[in-house]
Amino acid sequence: MPDHTEAIIRIQNLSTQFDDFVVHRDLNLEIRRGEIVSIVGGSGSGKTTLLRQMLGLERPSNGTVTVFGEDVHKADSVQLQRLRNRWGMLFQHGALFSALNAFDNVALPMRELRTLPEDVIRDTVMLKLYMVGISPAEAMKMPADLSGGMIKRVALARALALEPELLFLDEPTAGLDPSLSDSFVELIQSIRTEMQLTMIMVSHDLDTIFALSTKIAVLAEQHVVAMATADEVVKLTHPFIKEFFLGARGKRALEGLHESA
Amino acid sequence: MLKVAPPILIVSQEDPFSVCARGAWHVHALTIDNTLANITSSLRELPAGKELAWDLSGIDILDHIGAQFLWNIWGRKRPVQLTMSAAHENFFALLERAAPSLLPAEPKPAPDLIDVFFEKLSIASEHLLAFVALIGQLMLDLGRFASQPRRGPWKEISANIFHIGYQALGITALVGVLIGVVLSYLFAQQLHTFGGDIYLVNILGVSIIRELGPMLAAILVAGRSGSAITAQLGVMRVTEELDAMLVMGLPHGFRLIMPKVIALAISMPLLVIWTDAMSLLGGIVAAKIELGLAPSYFLRKLPDAVSLANYWIGLGKGVTFGSLIALVACHFGLRIKADTESLGEGTTNSVVTAITMVIVADAIFAIVFSDVGY
Repeated sequence: MPDHTEAIIRIQNLSTQFDDFVVHRDLNLEIRRGEIVSIVGGSGSGKTTLLRQMLGLERPSNGTVTVFGEDVHKADSVQLQRLRNRWGMLFQHGALFSALNAFDNVALPMRELRTLPEDVIRDTVMLKLYMVGISPAEAMKMPADLSGGMIKRVALARALALEPELLFLDEPTAGLDPSLSDSFVELIQSIRTEMQLTMIMVSHDLDTIFALSTKIAVLAEQHVVAMATADEVVKLTHPFIKEFFLGARGKRALEGLHESA
Repeated sequence: MLKVAPPILIVSQEDPFSVCARGAWHVHALTIDNTLANITSSLRELPAGKELAWDLSGIDILDHIGAQFLWNIWGRKRPVQLTMSAAHENFFALLERAAPSLLPAEPKPAPDLIDVFFEKLSIASEHLLAFVALIGQLMLDLGRFASQPRRGPWKEISANIFHIGYQALGITALVGVLIGVVLSYLFAQQLHTFGGDIYLVNILGVSIIRELGPMLAAILVAGRSGSAITAQLGVMRVTEELDAMLVMGLPHGFRLIMPKVIALAISMPLLVIWTDAMSLLGGIVAAKIELGLAPSYFLRKLPDAVSLANYWIGLGKGVTFGSLIALVACHFGLRIKADTESLGEGTTNSVVTAITMVIVADAIFAIVFSDVGY
């Protein structure tokens, strides 16, 4: 089914180099509508850099990144703004504006449109916060007074504020305890079915990767060595894949996947 | 962008009154140009007080904001007669479930003048107490440093002298020369009217060495390094580096505050001499141009015109102002909380307070040493 749908993100011949250190070389990746792709790789393999390049925060040394058919690094400001209204990003540590409370953090992108009436904004913000499980009393708190898990939930609500079609997640469950991270995974799953999202996720957490992703992209040796479903990827014999997925933790996570399936 | 029909409401005036929603009720379609205004104007055509039949089956795309918009038009409840495609049911089911989650009213007690006064008083006394405690801690740390000088934070002191002292040489020189030129012209014109041209050396020498040199250097350093120290400590709070230091047994007072105070107490008097020299240089050049006063005469006359006590007062001011700036900057830096607003506020307060304190200290110097050096 996914092969017939359009490619939302297309990365072609991308190379990244920091001084003498080559991060990516001739990297190609295609992500289609409705997919949830996990990008995995060893530390320093350039996962987060790749994510930042898709968002236009960093410029690759070579190659193109096309999102919704627009080249992220060549688009003019109007095209970029249109792109930015269509995607959302959940940062690793939430990146909530510390001077605004949770409510205003989520309301900010809606208010920036300058046209929506305030009562619709207020109700929609409360709805989004309700969807991620934040109570009205917690909505008025400042980010400094929220726990790590709640910050991630509010940040997710903010990422979803403008009904994005594409959601980027950087380590969505890092720093959450196992039960919190399970509930966060469930939350993302439910939102995905409700809002028909395409998601790109950078994660180290095998449980999260197996539970959420429809495809796994493995970054090693400076390019994508595999891009396939979890079951197919674990059958590959690449040394990094063996080490990453078939260690003791990987086996446990895989068993869990098959039991629940 | 999405190639979709704009969201519209079509009102049928025939009995039974019905409203038909068509197009993409999507946030980005709703916010294009005057789409919202068009919808609001069709809403005005709605007959009041009548039961309306709503038909949403013409909607192509719906999202939460579009659904919320319709929901608010309905008065936050589902209309009796409502048809829509099954795919859109979820949005309104969710809205019904979430309906009770409204914002709690924010308590806003009327500000009582007496309460405000006492609050300000308690904040001020708290600041005063904390500042006294900071000075006390500094004395203990200096004692510890004196008893075990080999274990002292020498590297930190030297790094701070480099950043605060050496790197400020350029800006203090520039400002010093310019102020020297300005003052020289100002005094020269006034003195010329009384025929007292040669007294320019006295007035310029005393005012620069005793007052302006130390003040200029202090104000520049307060703006340059005071803000930097406060911001650095504030960011260390945000990134939990301050906590990390405590956990490792590196006390803030000994490793952060004392090195900065010592560094400023050492580099400020040196900067004062430097600023004095640069201002006098500017003054000499301007005096040559305006009054034709020879530089050699100026330099020969200077030791007689300005007694040595004035230099010592200037250096004493340098040490005092430097320590004050460092202490004020550290005081505000350590009080910054882990959010951006507090960081900006703390840095502003730090610089404003440091400059005010410097001027207050300068006034005290003027009173205490009123009989010395004239």
